Amino acid sequence: MNARLRYVAALLAPFLAGLAVAAGEESIELQDAPGRDLVVARCSSCHSVDYVQMNAPVLDRAGWQKSVRKMIDQFGAPIGEEDAQRILEYLATHY
Amino acid sequence: MVTRRRVLAGSIGGLLLSGLRTDAFAAAPSASELLTALPGKRPLIKRTFRPPNYETPLADLRSQITANDSFFVRYHLASIPDVDPSTWRLRIGGASAKRPLELSLDELKRGFERLELAAINQCSGNRRGLFTPRAGGVQWTYGAMGNALWGGVRLRDVLNRAGVNGDALEVVFDGADGAALPGTPDFVKSLPVDRALDAHTLIAFEMNGKPLPHWNGAPARLVVPGWTATYWVKHLTSIKVEPKAFDGFWMKSAYRIPTGAFPGARFASQENAQTTPITEILINSLVTSHANGDRLERGRPAELAGWAWDGGSGIGAVEVSLDERRSWRQTTLGAAPSPYSWRGFRMALDTAKPGPVQIAVRATGRNGARQPEQLTPNPSGYHHNIIQTLTLEVV
Repeated sequence: MNARLRYVAALLAPFLAGLAVAAGEESIELQDAPGRDLVVARCSSCHSVDYVQMNAPVLDRAGWQKSVRKMIDQFGAPIGEEDAQRILEYLATHY
Repeated sequence: MVTRRRVLAGSIGGLLLSGLRTDAFAAAPSASELLTALPGKRPLIKRTFRPPNYETPLADLRSQITANDSFFVRYHLASIPDVDPSTWRLRIGGASAKRPLELSLDELKRGFERLELAAINQCSGNRRGLFTPRAGGVQWTYGAMGNALWGGVRLRDVLNRAGVNGDALEVVFDGADGAALPGTPDFVKSLPVDRALDAHTLIAFEMNGKPLPHWNGAPARLVVPGWTATYWVKHLTSIKVEPKAFDGFWMKSAYRIPTGAFPGARFASQENAQTTPITEILINSLVTSHANGDRLERGRPAELAGWAWDGGSGIGAVEVSLDERRSWRQTTLGAAPSPYSWRGFRMALDTAKPGPVQIAVRATGRNGARQPEQLTPNPSGYHHNIIQTLTLEVV
């Protein structure tokens, strides 16, 4: 599978898993870089990843760190330390 | 009772609008904005797809009453059921309710005095995207608000049917919408008991004479005129009268402002030394006739117009300055259907001379409150109500 197909598959994964995915959100294109598929797979269990783009001008690394911790600690996202670190690295580097 | 809405939007016509204008003082929130239509809605400015957060474009805020199909949409959690009104039930109970009861929509509609009230529904974070320094969260500009006629019954009447004990401190509200994960705090809000018993607090099932739209809380929602929209719980299913402060995430951790930083009603049972819940809408105004950067044709009559509103004291004056706030002149005010509604203002603009026209607008309430010059910084970007400035150009 090429990168584009992998990305689309990641975007569609929650839909295939029976989650409510909003029409239109498959059009969201996050920056193609290591960590993207993980971000899409984990974050889009609960929300569309346009949240990432929307907050890009607002959050620096510390802000993204706080945001990722909030999702895990307060919103109950089942994401382990290793994945959390990879997600943070992607967000802080590319957004 | 509820069926899950598997795919939120069936067909979506997306349209990219570039170079949308913003305040002279504000950082542009984004270079482009996507107009997208949710089912039953006109195209609105898409902030996020899921949960759906869509704001009303300026052009749709020009009428006294904001249309149902262009009214903004705001959710925290993405599991939003299609509630079947025929099987929907509202449960009223709690430790401080004497006679817990359950009402069908029909019983709610027939069993209590009905009334209709015009009121602003404004998100606490409206204009967050214009904050300096910037604040995280949904990057709204001007359209996370609208003015509608809410039809329903008094919450007070329903609570009195259940019987409110003397020890009641807060009333707690839950709706049918929920989170994707079990660990995510459900969106549950509380009100001080006196605000819940206020004659203007409604359980509404109509909006502008029509059944509440799905995206605005069908079949019934809370209407708390004068207070920000976070309290206007949608898809209402449960009301609990309690003798103690509700300690859920959406009260204890979210929707809070620094204690003492802003005017407005106090929510004493939820306050601590550092933070307190946001409560009333602060005085504000919005020019809807023009956007910053618009051009006016030389010699052609032009009128500046818009709305002013506050938390219910009513608007006393709206003034415009054309000389960088050195002098102010009164505008002509329109009618206000209720003190909780916005009130129109208008003023003719002189288009005889070519060149820039620098405009500042400030509203003053009947209670003497006036729009401030400076933002009061707060981490969540609430209460953006500074004097609006825009520059038009006569050509």
